[in-house]
Amino acid sequence: MLTIRVFGGDCPNCNQLEKMCFNVLAYNSMDADVQKITDIKKIAEYGIMHTPALVINNKVYCSGKLPTEKDLFRWFRLNLIESCNLQ
Amino acid sequence: MKTLALSIPKDRKKVIIPLLLLPVWILIYFNLDSSIKYFVYSIINLPLENKFSDAVFFFIFESIKVLLLLVIVIFFISIIRSYFSPEKTRKFLEGKPLFAGNVLASMLGIVTPFCSCSAVPLFVGFVEAGIPLGITFSFLIAAPMINEVAVVLLFGLFGWQTALIYTGSGLIIAISAGYIIGKLKLNRFVEEWVYEVKSIKQNSVDEKISFAERIDYGYTTLKEIVSKVWIYILLGIAVGAGIHGYIPENFMAGIMGKTEWWSVPLSVLIGIPLYSNAAGIIPVMMALIEKGASLGTALAFMMSVIGLSLPEMIILRKVLKLQLIFIFIGVVGVGIIIIGFLFNIIY
Repeated sequence: MLTIRVFGGDCPNCNQLEKMCFNVLAYNSMDADVQKITDIKKIAEYGIMHTPALVINNKVYCSGKLPTEKDLFRWFRLNLIESCNLQ
Repeated sequence: MKTLALSIPKDRKKVIIPLLLLPVWILIYFNLDSSIKYFVYSIINLPLENKFSDAVFFFIFESIKVLLLLVIVIFFISIIRSYFSPEKTRKFLEGKPLFAGNVLASMLGIVTPFCSCSAVPLFVGFVEAGIPLGITFSFLIAAPMINEVAVVLLFGLFGWQTALIYTGSGLIIAISAGYIIGKLKLNRFVEEWVYEVKSIKQNSVDEKISFAERIDYGYTTLKEIVSKVWIYILLGIAVGAGIHGYIPENFMAGIMGKTEWWSVPLSVLIGIPLYSNAAGIIPVMMALIEKGASLGTALAFMMSVIGLSLPEMIILRKVLKLQLIFIFIGVVGVGIIIIGFLFNIIY
């Protein structure tokens, strides 16, 4: 299972990251629980200091910059494989 | 040719291409004046000694020069910035004493990647790590005020002295304002919830970044920043060109000159709610200085517009009580006014 959290306010980069996640998921027919978190308290509680940030299965993969779609695909796949192995 | 291209690894290519472009850049940059002159006066054949052709030359020459500078500086500073992150900066500042911490925080403010929508999470992260308020403020003042776009524009349009003066003054204001705010012990004016945040220790995935990836980061940031500011730069320079060509000499001396003492505080006051990025405001200021505005007044105005922006204050309101926001504006504003007066006296 993939749990994806996109942290960020309403700035162009943060919105772009969310869109990219959906694109990669749709293009590769991956299933995931995606949520965008804009509440500043929640962002702080996650220990994130720089938005946009991407958390996949409780691990911070990037913060403060946009990853490439290639990176996203690699991270998603890695986490999918890991969660399969656990089960 | 094809085999040669294939035999070079992709990563190596990323390093070689910018190195090959560098001499091209130098060639264009240092022959810009003569080639634009040739273009304006010979190819499109505008008359010499004419207001309109002056303005056209000014516009084309300054726009290309500034954009050329912007491209090279942003590219290199982005590569430098890829070595820094707010997390590293925070670790670096933890446990530093007040004054030394302010100096360090201001300098790190220049190189740490920062966008104003991250001001709040960054503030909370700093407070949570126990970094004193004053040091956090030094960072928050320096980061937006001394940005690469502002410094490049000042360098391109005014020369390196002004760019250096701006950077130096910005640093001094960030250090001293942060120090004063720290000394005032204003922790009670920070919203309570900030102190209650207990962040979960995150396991972040640190992927090793290769140099080629840093260059990639340089390209993407370059594209991002230039696509955001080019229109403002062109607009600013166009307005500047109009002023340059058509407004009489010494027109600004009465309003923004140094004889009127009130011109500095007034410029700062007007600058606070005005939100323009450096890209739009600096070319206009350049033209105004040509028409008799004094350097100190212009500097104060620019710093106020760039460093004290209303949108950032509104964002910070989420973590700071109104009193602290006003103190923040007050301390930084007074700092800018002092710098403005100082340069009016010196020059």
